[in-house]
Formats: sequence, structure tokens, C-alpha cells
Amino acid sequence: MTLRLELRAAPEVPVEADCITPDRLRQLPIAEIERLPVFYGNRQVPLAEVFTVSGAPGETIQLRGDMSRVKHIGATMSCGQIHIDGHAGAHLGAEMLGGTIVVSGNAGDWVGPEMRGGRIVIRGSAGHLAGSAYRGAAVGMTGGEIIIHGAARNEAGHGMRGGLIAIGGSCGDFAGVNMLAGTVTIFGAAGIRTGAGMKRGTIIAMQPLEVLPTFAYACEYRPSFLPLYLLHLRRLGLPVTDGQLSASYRRWCGDAVELNRGEILSPSI
Amino acid sequence: MSSTLCIVNGSVHDPANRIAGEPRTLFVRDGRIADAVAEPDRTIDARGMVVMPGGVDIHCHIAGPKVNLARKLQPEDHRRDPHPGTRFTRSGSGGIVPSTFATGYRYATLGYTTAMEAAVTPIGARHTLEELHDTPIIDKGFYVLLGNNIFLQQLLRDGRRSEFRQAVAWWINSTKAYTAKLVNPGGDEPWKGRRNSNVSDLDEKNDVFGISPRQIIDAFVEVANDAGFPHPPHIHCNNLGHSGNFRTTLETMKTAGDRRLHVAHIQFHSYAGEPGKNPGSAAREIADYVNAHPNITCDVGQVMFGKSTIMTADAPLAYMLRGIKKAKWINADTECESGCGILPFSYQEKVYVHALQWAIGLELFLMSADPWRIILSTDHPNGGSFQSYPKLIRLLMDRDFRKQEMQRVNRRAIARTTLPDLDREYSLNEIAIITRAGPARALGLRNKGHLGAGADADITIYDDHPDRERMFSAPRYVIKSGHMIIDNHEFCADFSGRMLHIAPEYDASIVDAVRPFFENYYSIEFDNYAVPDSYLHDHEVIPLRPATG
Repeated sequence: MTLRLELRAAPEVPVEADCITPDRLRQLPIAEIERLPVFYGNRQVPLAEVFTVSGAPGETIQLRGDMSRVKHIGATMSCGQIHIDGHAGAHLGAEMLGGTIVVSGNAGDWVGPEMRGGRIVIRGSAGHLAGSAYRGAAVGMTGGEIIIHGAARNEAGHGMRGGLIAIGGSCGDFAGVNMLAGTVTIFGAAGIRTGAGMKRGTIIAMQPLEVLPTFAYACEYRPSFLPLYLLHLRRLGLPVTDGQLSASYRRWCGDAVELNRGEILSPSI
Repeated sequence: MSSTLCIVNGSVHDPANRIAGEPRTLFVRDGRIADAVAEPDRTIDARGMVVMPGGVDIHCHIAGPKVNLARKLQPEDHRRDPHPGTRFTRSGSGGIVPSTFATGYRYATLGYTTAMEAAVTPIGARHTLEELHDTPIIDKGFYVLLGNNIFLQQLLRDGRRSEFRQAVAWWINSTKAYTAKLVNPGGDEPWKGRRNSNVSDLDEKNDVFGISPRQIIDAFVEVANDAGFPHPPHIHCNNLGHSGNFRTTLETMKTAGDRRLHVAHIQFHSYAGEPGKNPGSAAREIADYVNAHPNITCDVGQVMFGKSTIMTADAPLAYMLRGIKKAKWINADTECESGCGILPFSYQEKVYVHALQWAIGLELFLMSADPWRIILSTDHPNGGSFQSYPKLIRLLMDRDFRKQEMQRVNRRAIARTTLPDLDREYSLNEIAIITRAGPARALGLRNKGHLGAGADADITIYDDHPDRERMFSAPRYVIKSGHMIIDNHEFCADFSGRMLHIAPEYDASIVDAVRPFFENYYSIEFDNYAVPDSYLHDHEVIPLRPATG
């Protein structure tokens, strides 16, 4: 049972379509889905003006087209699956509770902000603030997984308090800023000020990185949880090497301007 | 031109005119209550409904620089509570500190038609007037902070009492304020100069000017009573929130003697115990004093569980609280006039102090012998939002509901109060007093808080629902200055309320005394300081009282 939504044409203005979740659509007849309101710029229009709707409503929604201007897809969803064949816009899976979102292309800013559970997979790259807290809030993502195969930009995992973010490529500045708990794994190069203001939590940086002076070098060791995590990520298709599985890791504690209970791990190669 | 109206069959509560739930017919013409209207344009059948004057909030924080800082500090709060526009009204955002438009509309949807912003620095008056102009429906005014003003304290130090009087009048005129507000009088300036310094006793002379809070309070009480301000000095006493502060509060009230004084959010000033230790309740001592002294009015500043925002000119207090909360806060510069501290806060049922504060507020309400002088407020948004008034009304009117709520809070705190023994239930008429007639009388607003001929036609009509929280959350009709604003629960018009202010006379020569001080110490030009009349838009000058001798 798959519902298919195809973008009629790439929109010229942002479209807000927070109604596209399996929770909302799985019970509705096609005719009603077509009438659901979405915002096209500042105008409210029926969903059918932006998408053609076909297939059968159920647990899976298949979206097709360049949706880099379509925001809030899968926001607050709790179950089912969304497959996006193309790019996705900002606020993808915002405050998501469960279910799965898979994007074949790139995603915009704010992937899974304040996410509580479920999994978001981005085959391409993601914008700024993946898995972060919205502005003003202290707590970002608290559970679930965000798997980005490409690169991510600034402030991934801002205020994160649980769950897992894995970034296959490089990431921007301030990864894990103000983290409270949870895990961020970065396979590519990390930008500056990684982990600034973190209270607790773990950041794993696979490439050499510049550590803030408010982080103190602790030791070199083999964390027993890490191979388990990395094997899980390898199964999800991330570029985990055998060397990373067997390496020993250098550990820094920080951030001393906050609680100083966080850690940055980096393989000593 | 507003249309004429007639309201029939309603159960009218108009305590100022000794009408307690009797069927009366009301007429409205030209924005005022009239004795009769021959052929009204519209007749409302209010059968089964309760008719009251529009609500009057005597103490809230709804406009000005500090309110705006609190808005900017909490985007996460606005996100959860959008306030959509309608055909007639504008959009905004809600939360604990709503945007200006949402503030006006949300007051109206509770049946409130007047609200007084309780603390504005003189330098923030211009900004405040602009925001109040954008706060729709309600009539409004503000109290100007003068209790920590450097220039005024210098005049008092030098014993220049007559110039002090002129300067206070000049400041009120220059800002278009409604009365003088004192916040932690004498304490902010030492704190601004040195960390953790403050005054804690009413007779302690501060080390900046060598004058005591008592001297400042006495001087303002004298000026306001002699000049006949319709509302006396509005005071936030020293030692807010500290254990044992009820002694300071009693001393403050005694300083006024038999002259009029309004004590703001008195719940925060009714704590027994020793400084630095856990507080207890001193509601009995405070309520007894207020009950026995008809010159004193107060508002309660009830704490309601849930989100709040501390915003105060009592900067030392905000600094102390930020050490407890350990989250974001703001301490803003107010030049030579006051202090300012803002931090998001929340009151929790299980926390001893919060539960005690909640219980003390209710004790004060229930121990009040004269509802005209113990007025309903939450010190919005310090004790909780004004949007929680309906729940507070239910707590006062419904003993069973109150007992049920008591079960949910910290037992140890409740055990240190007399709340479980207080069986009183407020009547609808008493609610009409503490939310309407009382505050209007305390403010000296002769045309508000009642429904006699000549009064402003600010009227709310509620369904007489047994669940008082539900009833007071959603009036069926709200009429402001004779205009139908909410018709059958829906907004049907927008309206710009009036600015209420006073204009005491002063000797123009005082300007020459203030000017050099300004030019030496302020960041803005003196000539740009006084707010011109063009900022007033629609306004009303409330006349001074005849001298009491």
C-alpha cells in the first residue's frame, strides 16, 4: 500500500506541507488528500495544486520531484515510511516521533530538529542544524537516528540530548554545540569549535581535528561500545573501515566552560 | 459613530452600584452607559447570562523595553502558540509573553477591557507608548519607575523636598504615566555599583546617597497624596522573595500611616522565616494589617503553576534567581533610573517554595475581609500569565476544586499554611469586585468598574456555567466603549483603546535643575527625552483628586 505524490513543477516559492505524514494520510481517501491545505508562499492551496496524487493510502508515502523548496515533510510523524526520490526541503521530519524517512538526494537545513524517535536517512548531503534545537530551546534531538551519507553543514546536533547522528562526509563548524547527551559520529573532516559548550555526550571524529582549548586530553584507549556502534553504522552503509573498528582512540574531555562531562574521540592513526 | 445597545434579562453584577446578580436592563449610547435609549439599534437577550463591567488589571507587564526583551529571549515559547489573525483582528504570537496585538485580544477574550503596565523606566516611556498603541481593544496606562532615580535620590539627600515634588510631577508629565512606581526603593543603585550590595532594612541608609528606603517611600507617599494622584504610589517592597520579608512589608505599610498606598504583588512579600532559610507563611499578619487599614490597597500576585517569566526592575532579585535557575537571563542597562532583570521561570507543584507561594496567595485572598482592597493579579507574567485568571477564579470560587488541586502540590508546604482550613468560597459578586470594581476604585477610575449611567460602556457577558474556569475563559459578548468586539464568542471588530494618564502641575523652573544632570550623565539629549503628546493618540487625562488636606 503505497501512496504516490509527484511534484507537478518545482515551486517558485517555499511550500509548507506539514500534512505529508503517514499518520495524516494513511486513513484518508485520495479525494480528501487532494483537498488538504498546504501553503504555497503565503497562499493556502489544496495539496493537489502542488502534487499529483496516486496509489493507495497506507503506511508508505513515495514522493518524487525536486522538493528542495517543500518544507516540513514528515513533521511530527510517528509511524510508517516516507521515501523521497529527489531533494527534500527544510524542517524534514521536524519533531518526528517514529517511522522512517529516506531521501535519495540532498536535504535542506533543519533535518529532524527536536526529533524524539525514528530514523532519517539522507543519501546526499544535509544543510545546517541537523538534529538540533530550534532557536531559543535548550534541548534538540532526544532520540532516533539521523544518517547523512554526504556532508552536513554547521551546528549538527545543537543541544542534542539523545540519539545518534552519523555524517558520512565532512561537517561544518560547531558540530555538537551545547550537547547534553547522545552521539555524533563524523567520518569526514570536522569544522572548527566541535563540541563547544557540550555538557555530556560523545563526538567521534574520524579525521584529525582541532580541539578547543577548553577540552582536556585524557587518554588513549579502546572504548568497548565503539565497535558495536560502528558495525551498526556499517550495516547502514556508512564508510566504516576495518582500521576504525580495531583502532585505539584518543579521548578529550570537555567542555570545561560547561559541565566538562562530554567527550571527543578520535582514532590515533 | 457607535450604535446604541440594550441588554435585557441578564443577571447583572455591579457591586459599585450595589447590584448583586439582579436582572437589570442596561442601555448604551455614545460609548457610555445611559439611563435609557428609546429605540436601540440592537437588543441583546442575556437570559441565563452574567453581566459584569469589563475587567480591570491593576498590575501586569505587557509593554515596553523589558517586555520586548522577554519576547526576544523566548522564541521557543512563541513557536508553540501562534495567534492567527481573523477577518477583523491581527495575528501575533502567544505564550507567556504574547506579542502586543495578541496581548490585547487575549485580554478581551477573558472579558478584560483595561490593563495597567506596572513598571516602565522613564527612558523607556516612548517605546512603551508605541507598544501600548499597538495593544488593541483595552484601555491602558503605565506606572513610571522613580524609586531608584539618581536625581530624585540626590534631591532627597539634600533635603530639597519642594524641588523633589516638582521633579516627580515633571517626570510623570514627561512620560505620560499614571502614577509613580517604586521597586526595591533605594536598593538598585548600590547593587549596580557593587556586586551583591543592596539594602535589606527599611531604615538602612544606602551607601550611595545615604538615604533609607523609608525616606524614599515617605517622600513619594506625601507627593502623591498631596497632589491627589488618582492612584497612590505603587510599591514593590524591598526584600521581595526573601524569607522573613513580611516585616519589611508591614514597615512599608506603616510608613504610609493613614495615607493611601498600593502594595503590588503582596504575596511575594508575605513570607515568614529567617533570611537564607526556607520561608513560611505570614499571610495572617499581612492580611490582618491590610484588613484593618482602609488606606492600603494591594494586588495579590498569585503564583500559578507552569511557565512564567520573571521581569522586574528589581535587578538584584533577578541576579539571585539566575543563580538558582542557571539558564538564560538578561540584565539590561537603564541608565540613571532603575534596574532591570529578566529570566524565564517555571513554578512546579512539587517544589516546596513554589507550592508555598501558591498557597500564600490563596490564603491572602481567602483571609481578605474587604475584597475591594485585595485585588486579583498574577503580576503577569511573573507569577503566571494573565491567561490563567479563569483558573485562579475557579480556585477561589470552588472549594472542592481547590482541595483537589492541593492534593497535587508539595504537602510539606501546604502543612505550613492555613489553606486546608480555609473553607471560604468567593461569590460571583466578590469576583466582580476583585477583578473590576475594586481595581477601578483603587486606580481612581470613576468611569470604570461599574455599570451606572455615565460609566464607560465596557461590558462583558458570560454564560452562567457552573465550571467557573470555563465561564471566565470565554465571555459570549464583550463590549468596549460601546462597540461590540466579541459577538457570540467571535471577534466582530477591532478597536484601539485609550491611553490613561495624569497631568499633575509643576513649576517649569524644575526643568532647569534637571537639564544639567541629564547633559552630564545620560546617553540621549535632554530635548529628546520628554515624550511629546503626539505619542498619545487616543487618550484620557484622569483628573487629580481634590486635596485631602
